[in-house]
Parts: sequence; C-alpha cells; structure tokens
Amino acid sequence: MEQKSIAATEAEITDEFSLFDTWDEKYEYIIDLGKKLPVLDNRFKLDQNKVRGCQSTVWVVSEYKEGKVFYQADSDSVIVKGLISMLVRVLSGHTPDDIIAAKLEFIDRIGMTSHLAQTRANGLRAMVKQMKNDALAYQLKNSSEAS
Amino acid sequence: MITSPEIQGGLDTALLRRQFPILERQVKGKPLVYLDNAATTQKPQPVIDALVEYYSGYNANIHRGIHTLAEEATAAFERTRDTVKEFINSACREEIIFTRGATEGINLVAYTWGRQHIRAGDEIIVSTMEHHSNIVPWQILCEEKNAVLKVIPINENGELLMEDFEKLLTEKTRLVAMVHVSNALGTVNPVKEIIAKAHAVGAAVLVDGSQSAVHLDIDVQDLDCDFFVFSGHKVYGPTGSGAVYGKLSLLESMPVFHGGGEMIKEVRFEKSTWADLPYKYEAGTPNIADIIALKAALDFVTDTGKERIRQHENELLALATSALEQIPGVRIIGKAAEKVSVLSFVVDKVHPQDLGILLDNRGIAVRTGHHCAQPLMDFFGIPGTTRASFAMYNTKAEVEALAAGLEKAIKLLA
Repeated sequence: MEQKSIAATEAEITDEFSLFDTWDEKYEYIIDLGKKLPVLDNRFKLDQNKVRGCQSTVWVVSEYKEGKVFYQADSDSVIVKGLISMLVRVLSGHTPDDIIAAKLEFIDRIGMTSHLAQTRANGLRAMVKQMKNDALAYQLKNSSEAS
Repeated sequence: MITSPEIQGGLDTALLRRQFPILERQVKGKPLVYLDNAATTQKPQPVIDALVEYYSGYNANIHRGIHTLAEEATAAFERTRDTVKEFINSACREEIIFTRGATEGINLVAYTWGRQHIRAGDEIIVSTMEHHSNIVPWQILCEEKNAVLKVIPINENGELLMEDFEKLLTEKTRLVAMVHVSNALGTVNPVKEIIAKAHAVGAAVLVDGSQSAVHLDIDVQDLDCDFFVFSGHKVYGPTGSGAVYGKLSLLESMPVFHGGGEMIKEVRFEKSTWADLPYKYEAGTPNIADIIALKAALDFVTDTGKERIRQHENELLALATSALEQIPGVRIIGKAAEKVSVLSFVVDKVHPQDLGILLDNRGIAVRTGHHCAQPLMDFFGIPGTTRASFAMYNTKAEVEALAAGLEKAIKLLA
C-alpha cells in the first residue's frame, strides 16, 4: 500500500474530528487513541528522549530506515498520548524533508490550539519541535554523508 | 426574611457571589466553577473599585509629595498598613513592611536577618511540606554561609512529626521557617507550639502565612512569631501586594534589603543613613494601587466574618471529602486532623493533568501538578496531585459539580 502524504493524513484526521459536535466527544476520541498507542519499551524511556516543556512526561524516539523516519512515543498522560499518536500517524514513515516541511495545520483545524490552555499548547508545540528536530538531524547526517 | 437556598454556614453565598463579577462568566460554554483558590482567590467588587478609583481619582507617587493627590494617595497607602496591622494583630504599624507577596517577604528576611545572623555550621529548620519559596531562599543562604538545612519529617496523613522536630532543635538552630498551612495538603501546623519550642533553644521563627491568612484568625502577638509573611492575592486582594511582619526590635537591628529612594534618611557619597521603620525596607516606588486595594480585600474578609467563612469552607471541605472518597480509585492526599479547605487527591492510573483538562472542559478550574512542593510529592511517591480548594463564594452545588465531573472524567480515562 502506498504511503499517504502528510497532507492527506492531516485531512483524514480533520474529517474524523468534523464528526464530533462537542469537546466531550473529541476528548473521548483522543483518549481512545491514547489508549490504543502501544506502550513504549522501558529501554527507550531515557532522559534524552523526554520532551521538554511538557507538564506530563513525554518520550519520543525515532528510527531512520530507507530514507524515512519512524516514530514511537509514549506519555504518562493518556490525553497527551492521544495527541502524540496523531502526530505519529501524520509524520511517521515520511522523509526528513517532508517532515520538516509539514505545516501540521490539522492541530488548528481540529481546534486543539484554541482549546488547550497555554501551558498545554506549549507542550504540544514542544512535541512537534522534537519530532522535527529528529528529522532535521537525519537530514543533516544525510547531507554530510552525501558530501 | 426570605432566605436563599444557598445560605450555608451563615453565609449567603448567592448574595456574596454577586460581589465577584468574574463568577458570572462561562468557561467552555459552562458556568465557571472556580476551585483554584489556594493558587489565587477571585476579587470582590470593592477591590476592583479601589483600583479604578485610585487610578482615576488620585494617582500620585506617595510620601514627600506636597500636592493634594500625593497626600491622598499617601493617606490611602498608609491606611492599608493600619488595616494589615489589625488583620494580623501586630503591636504597631512600624512592624508591617509591604512587599510584592510572601515570596518577596521570605527573601527579605533571608537577605537581611539571615545574612546578619546565620554563620557557618548554624542550622535552619524547615518542614517536608514547605512551598519552594520557603525552601529555596534558605538553601541559597545556607550555601553562602555554609549553614545546614534540616527538614522536619511528616506522617502519611501529612502531619508534622513533632517528636522529630524536637530532636532537630539544638543550640545550633538559628531559625525555624515553617508553613502555617500547607498549600498542597491543607494541613494546619501547630505553629504556636513550634514557636515556643524554637524560642526555648534561642531560635527565631518565620511563619509562612500564604495559605493561613485567608482562612485562620492571625494574631502574631499571641503566636509570638518573629516574622510572618503573606500574599494579598490569596486573601481576595490584588496580585503584587503582600506584607512581612517582623518584631520591632528585629526590624530595627536588621540590615537593609534593597537600597534606593524612600528607604534613606540622608544620602552622602561617603555614607548614607537609613529611614525609620517601616520605610527602611521599602525602597523605591511601591505597588501603590495594589497595596491601597489590599485594604478593601482585608476589610471585605473581616466584614464577611472569618469565622463564618471558615465554617462555610469547612462544610464544603467535608462534603467534597466524603463525595470524593466514594469515587472508586480516588485517594485523598493529606488527611490531617487540622485542615483548611484544600483537597488534594490522586486517582489510580490517571494522570492529574488529564483530570485537569477534562474538568476544565466542564468549566471547573482545579490545579494539577506538584504545587511547588516537590519534596512533599517525593515523600508521597507521586509526581503530583489534583487539588480543589474552596473559598467563601463556593457552593455545595459546585462541590457536586466537581464530584460529577470527576466521575465522568475517571470513567473516560481509567
């Protein structure tokens, strides 16, 4: 099966959220996503994989295979886990270039930024930043190996 | 007389709530249920009016001014000092130093009295349940002076182990810095007993009254504490207002804190001399508007009646405690026999932040996290709690909304 583009997955998530009338339903869905995201193996739960700027603990690990970045993530907060599971779904399996260029407008479109308190929205931004930083590191490694 | 169904503990909360304009607002499409009062209380109309009246009627820099506005502003500012003096029953107005809040008050004492009295090998005692602001200034001082910070342990209910405290007290003890009421647990500490015991070994005592000033009757003369600090914004007053009480003899002999205008008698390049109390510790233009409005807040509390407020808050606490104890998975953190209306809890397999988000979605404001008391959280072996804290304007209906919201949230999350 062909890998969906980042924009296509974003549109898919936006569509899914458009079915919900209330934030109760949205949270129920996010929590469900959080519960479904596999637990990260303890050996990855290292300080270096922790996302700074979150009230809860968030770990993000990535792997680079055949030109693509694959993410795994976990959190002690199930809501945060749900949010990060959406980010993983959108970004995982794409090239560093595509990940760095991703606008991730779905976060705004599903109303997350306006709904979350500032401190939590910062946490979400910190997760995106860490995921993009990983992609950037692979991109830099690529270009140094190529030159 | 027609009585409203909301009359509880002798307080007409329906009437009272009309004095707090913010309580009319909606959050996430639902009526605001504000249960984060231990962080900051909402402000009644007289406080808001006092701020507006100052800026629209007599804004001026205080002291030394010869014109009418300066005189009016100075008089209003100094009236707050008299009100604070009454509020905590200090012996004289010179013992009241205005600060931005309790944190600045503790730092003032650490940097003045602390630097003067603490020497290498001396010991400062704090408790496990201190707020970071009553730990860090003493750590800084201990590091600078090679002094030692000692910690009074607590039991599982969140009460001080007084026998251990007595063992910590030695001839090396210079200071006991003690929270009156724990912000994270609600525990009321036996400060009067602690002060007497500390004095017996010649140690001074600072009482952090951040949480107690709003709930308890404060009598610094009866307590016989050497210092007492509190923040105005936790007593229905403006942010950036607060005070330090210090015994006159200590304040007179302590070195100055900040240098600048207002705190001087005469300035010469060779040597300057300091102003009399309380101005010696009030360098620069103070937070005039907020200090003026603090009087309105303290008057509001006094007029409403601390005893009636306390009775009302205790009823809410009892109701909330029994409601939450019935929810499976909820564990209350802090079960001291003597408590104010602070209810901290954890829920099995549920992160406090998730609870906070889902409660906020129902318009219910609680605090989640470590409450600036990480050593206390470490003692309980938890990263944080969810905390509901009640004020004079909260109602039984709001407690029920909390319990219902919590049950729904837990069903979703667990």
